[in-house]
Amino acid sequence: MNLWMILKVALRAIFRNKTRSLLTALGIIVGIAAVIAVVAIGQGATTMMMKEINSIGNNLIMVFPGSRTQGGVHAGSGASQTLTAEDGAAIARDIAHLVKAVSPMVRTGAQVIYQENNWSTQIQGVSIEYPDVRSWEVGNGVFFITADQRSATRVCVIGGTVADNLFPDEDPVGKTIRIRNMPFRVLGVMARKGSNTMGNDQDDVILAPYTTVKRVLQNSIFNNVNMLMVSLYSLGDIPAAKDEIGALLRQRHKLGPNTDDDFSLIDMTEITNTIGSMTKLMTILLTTVASISLLVGGIGIMNIMLVSVTERTREIGLRMAIGATPSDILLQFITEAMALSTAGGLLGVLLGIFGARLVGKVQQWPILITESSVLVAFLFSAAVGMFFGFYPALRASRLNPIDCLRYE
Amino acid sequence: MLITIQDMFKTYRMGDTSVHALDGVSLTINAGEFVAIMGASGSGKSTLLNILGCLDTPTSGTYLLDGVEVSRMSRTQLARIRNRKLGFVFQNFNLLSRTSAIENVELPTFYNTSFPGGQRRKRAAEMLERVGLGNRLDHTSAQLSGGQQQRVAIARALMNDPPVLLADEPTGNLDTRSSIEIMALFSRLNQEGITIVMVTHEEDIAACAKRKIVMRDGRILTSPQTGHPAL
Repeated sequence: MNLWMILKVALRAIFRNKTRSLLTALGIIVGIAAVIAVVAIGQGATTMMMKEINSIGNNLIMVFPGSRTQGGVHAGSGASQTLTAEDGAAIARDIAHLVKAVSPMVRTGAQVIYQENNWSTQIQGVSIEYPDVRSWEVGNGVFFITADQRSATRVCVIGGTVADNLFPDEDPVGKTIRIRNMPFRVLGVMARKGSNTMGNDQDDVILAPYTTVKRVLQNSIFNNVNMLMVSLYSLGDIPAAKDEIGALLRQRHKLGPNTDDDFSLIDMTEITNTIGSMTKLMTILLTTVASISLLVGGIGIMNIMLVSVTERTREIGLRMAIGATPSDILLQFITEAMALSTAGGLLGVLLGIFGARLVGKVQQWPILITESSVLVAFLFSAAVGMFFGFYPALRASRLNPIDCLRYE
Repeated sequence: MLITIQDMFKTYRMGDTSVHALDGVSLTINAGEFVAIMGASGSGKSTLLNILGCLDTPTSGTYLLDGVEVSRMSRTQLARIRNRKLGFVFQNFNLLSRTSAIENVELPTFYNTSFPGGQRRKRAAEMLERVGLGNRLDHTSAQLSGGQQQRVAIARALMNDPPVLLADEPTGNLDTRSSIEIMALFSRLNQEGITIVMVTHEEDIAACAKRKIVMRDGRILTSPQTGHPAL
């Protein structure tokens, strides 16, 4: 019997019991749809995050203030106030063979006002090296200069989103905005970067000299910073640079050999790896759940195929009597099970793509549907049909034609 | 000689006792014969027909069909023999439901790898024409009377042009008028050269055959070489 005829017989048997076939395939449909959707959303998120991290710069090391122990009391991370802009300058000077640029960062939030418009945003105090460190250019106007940084001038450079909200129909450059009721002159607008994976709008920011933020906005007499951003010439230098920065900071902070670091060094590859392994874990977890649903779907197919074999015992007997070999019967029922499961797989793929798109739209999440995931899901559904169809088909092929013909 | 059976036994074990469904049967059927096998239920006539039809294998003994020893063949080999050498007609027709007459008739050729696929429909139509159903090609079995269904089954049995036609109580589910028509069709096919072996318990149906074999307790009682072909 040729394959086309076998398929025709199988499809006819499936369409004879439409409701039953649909319910049977539902397990596969749900399983495959879940796999497709989960993989699409997971891969989309990962790709987006990786792109984001690369846009920040792979060759970045971030230095955070560490925890501090005072009289046996262990304060939380970031409590130490020993990390200063001078540490950053020392890193740039002493490790110049590896380090391209260093910028400190001091963060604060504020309501900013221009005429009748106002906007709440983050103020980041950085150094003149910041555009170099982040590979982020000024789109319109200029960045502040060393003189501004030295004398803590009230100048700033604003992000695109801030510009949109404060200056709907004006050029911001040269205008004066008020931050905490203090006038700041806008020197320029940064090029747009868009939002990152976490949904944070990177253009919703105001950059000012860190000295200005520290002394004028925070009214602080200390010179500690929230973070140092160190950019390197090469990605491969990260381990060496971390060692050297660590040693330099320990020396500058006068830490004894038995004292813990009062800072922590984090590089982007570390974050990349963490995100990667988290995504991977989630994908594995959800794929496992989806596989269980496919298993259940497969068992449903096996069950219905056993019913089908019993129902069609006489037909099997007749086919054997007129010359169907055991392998003809085996092939026929496996084909039927596979047709059922691949039809379910096909519907599942469509449903999964639809579901992923829907989630992507509603949650503003990136989704990525790869051909390989669709192909794997589809082949997997066919394999489920073959695996779970085999036993019922084998039973059918081993039936005795005489008993089948007499079966009532 | 088309069919030669020698010293055939078929033994079923039922717990401690063994039952001889066939108890040393020897039988020869020549090409062109029309044989009726008769006997009470349990006489072994169905077992004999099943073995003749290669649906069952004997416990011991030999069976030469068209010059080939088939009694020790595998299930797959037997399926091939059934497909090419034998045509089956059943008491309850065994047509596929919700399937047209012509598709039912085509069925045996799907399992015949040497049958040219392009001629399938043409030959099926010819076979239906031959049994007098040339105008019922697309009717499903639900739309056909019992006699018509049995004629579709006979057309199906003729599809691969087998030398032997085996019929198990072919008129058992039919009224008298349809039975007469079916037996007339058998007689005509026999005259056209097909060997027919038929199991029946009705005397007047058996009377249509040229030769009558009576069985009892797994043995052949009488086997005259001629019968009267008139009804």
